[in-house]
Amino acid sequence: MSAPSQDNAVKGSVITRAIIYVVLILFVIYYLLPLYVMIVNSVKPLEEIRSGNMMEFPKVWTLEPWRAAWSYAQIGVEPSGLRPYFINSILMVVPAVLLSTILGALNGYVLTKWQFRGHGIVFGLLLLSCFIPFQIVLIPMARVLGFLGVSGTISGLVLVHLVYGIGFTTLFFRNYYAAFPTELVRAAQIDGAGFFQIFWRILLPSSAPIAVVTIIWQFTNVWNDFLFGASFSDFDSVPMTVALNNLVSSSTGVKEYNVHFAGAILAALPTLIVYIVSGRYFVRGLMAGAVKG
Amino acid sequence: MKDRLQEWVPRLVLAPSFLLVLLFVYGFILYTGFLSMTDSRMLPSYGFVGLENYQKLFALRHWNTALTNLAIFGILYILISSLLGLLLAILLDQKIRAEGLIRPIYLYPMALSFIVTGTAWKWFLDPGIGLENVMQQWGWENFEFNWIKDRDFAIYTVVLAAVWQSSGFVMAMFLAGLRGVDNEIIKAAQIDGASGFRIYRKIIIPMMRPVFLSAFVVLAHLAIKAYDLVIALTGGGPGRATELPATFMYSYTFTRNQMGIGASSAIIMLIMIFSIIVPYLYSELKSGEQK
Repeated sequence: MSAPSQDNAVKGSVITRAIIYVVLILFVIYYLLPLYVMIVNSVKPLEEIRSGNMMEFPKVWTLEPWRAAWSYAQIGVEPSGLRPYFINSILMVVPAVLLSTILGALNGYVLTKWQFRGHGIVFGLLLLSCFIPFQIVLIPMARVLGFLGVSGTISGLVLVHLVYGIGFTTLFFRNYYAAFPTELVRAAQIDGAGFFQIFWRILLPSSAPIAVVTIIWQFTNVWNDFLFGASFSDFDSVPMTVALNNLVSSSTGVKEYNVHFAGAILAALPTLIVYIVSGRYFVRGLMAGAVKG
Repeated sequence: MKDRLQEWVPRLVLAPSFLLVLLFVYGFILYTGFLSMTDSRMLPSYGFVGLENYQKLFALRHWNTALTNLAIFGILYILISSLLGLLLAILLDQKIRAEGLIRPIYLYPMALSFIVTGTAWKWFLDPGIGLENVMQQWGWENFEFNWIKDRDFAIYTVVLAAVWQSSGFVMAMFLAGLRGVDNEIIKAAQIDGASGFRIYRKIIIPMMRPVFLSAFVVLAHLAIKAYDLVIALTGGGPGRATELPATFMYSYTFTRNQMGIGASSAIIMLIMIFSIIVPYLYSELKSGEQK
């Protein structure tokens, strides 16, 4: 995002500016409120949430809800806490993100620098695939995963996320490489460099920004996915979001709000950290996903 | 010989991705379309029944509830997110001192999973421990806010949480648009004596047309796909008060063993999304080529 523009600001009185700040701050509160509620109540004893006030600081501070959420809360039939599911998510996210990013980079390279007849249609079909409602693929996907012998496994989930990530990763790299000077590629070609040499020596070294954008985008999407996780995982491959939902919506026993909040923060932490560390790239990914061309 | 090979390498590199997408997206769409015209129940079966599932689908009260809810949710979600996004973007564009601090706060919910958002709002809106209880404890004894438990109002809590999640993103889109406005135009208007408010109403906001369109497309497609948030926030309840097409499809296909009807509902969702996305992508790609 560019620097604040200098001249389209409303030239108003002190009162106008005060009102602007008040409104902005009210919305800061609106956006922070749920996070505040989660954090404060994740370090409170359950009794205090039930009889006390959700907005207030704990009278007794405790890390027990965090310990429970991480290592021994009842999830489904197992009192395992969220830890195994956190690990499942990592095992699923890392290969899915890396593979889809590599394929996206190669596809973007081909679609911009090695155009062939029909490249527009290929790109159009890849692009359109980003927007399908995934309900449309659930039934056949379940059968294909079974046919491949990977239903209910992390490998199966990796495959699913890889396939439905290719469209976006290709879009990102294609738009980025479209702005890369084609003359450099042609010159290298005349010098006798081949397809992979050109990619490796000329395009890849300047691809760091778009690679970061793509990796963050894919990481966020795959980590936050619920539908595929709920549809295609089994006891030992359930990802974090699904486990969190199982924890929160289990109807048996006492509702341990503090454990739910701690669990929710645990599920949010990886993407939140990525956002805090590299928000700029995150926003760029969002924008690139929204504004095509 | 080597040249011939070089010519085919790019296509060979692209081929696996293209084939995967062709099979797993377009092949699957055809398969689901085919299933929607069969008598499939718990498992796919291939007795052809024509459009019977679609007739059954639209006769179901459950499906019509889902469509009505989608209409309410979709319209409010798109409208409020767009207006709020625009408002916040305009306010943030007034040389705000702490912009670098405020902007990321408006945007962070977009990094969260809808399951996390749903969990947070579910308990925050819970009358027993959440907002209602808080206000009563603070002295407003008669304060009532039990929308999430109320069949007539629960869908609005879904709007509330969804707007919380996405409006910062829309803000960022508008802010980028505002930063792209040519200062000369505004200066000219100021010289003509137009007030700040008038400049926004008459000049700047009309110039945001493309951003409104992008925001609409993004939000509409998110609304039609909305699934996780409802599952985490209300589970589709109370009763079926917050059922949406996405939750309908899932429950009919996988828990009620009506795969034919589930498939036909998925096709309807696809048609809704494509009727918004396809013209948009087409015009975007067209205008991209002309540049």
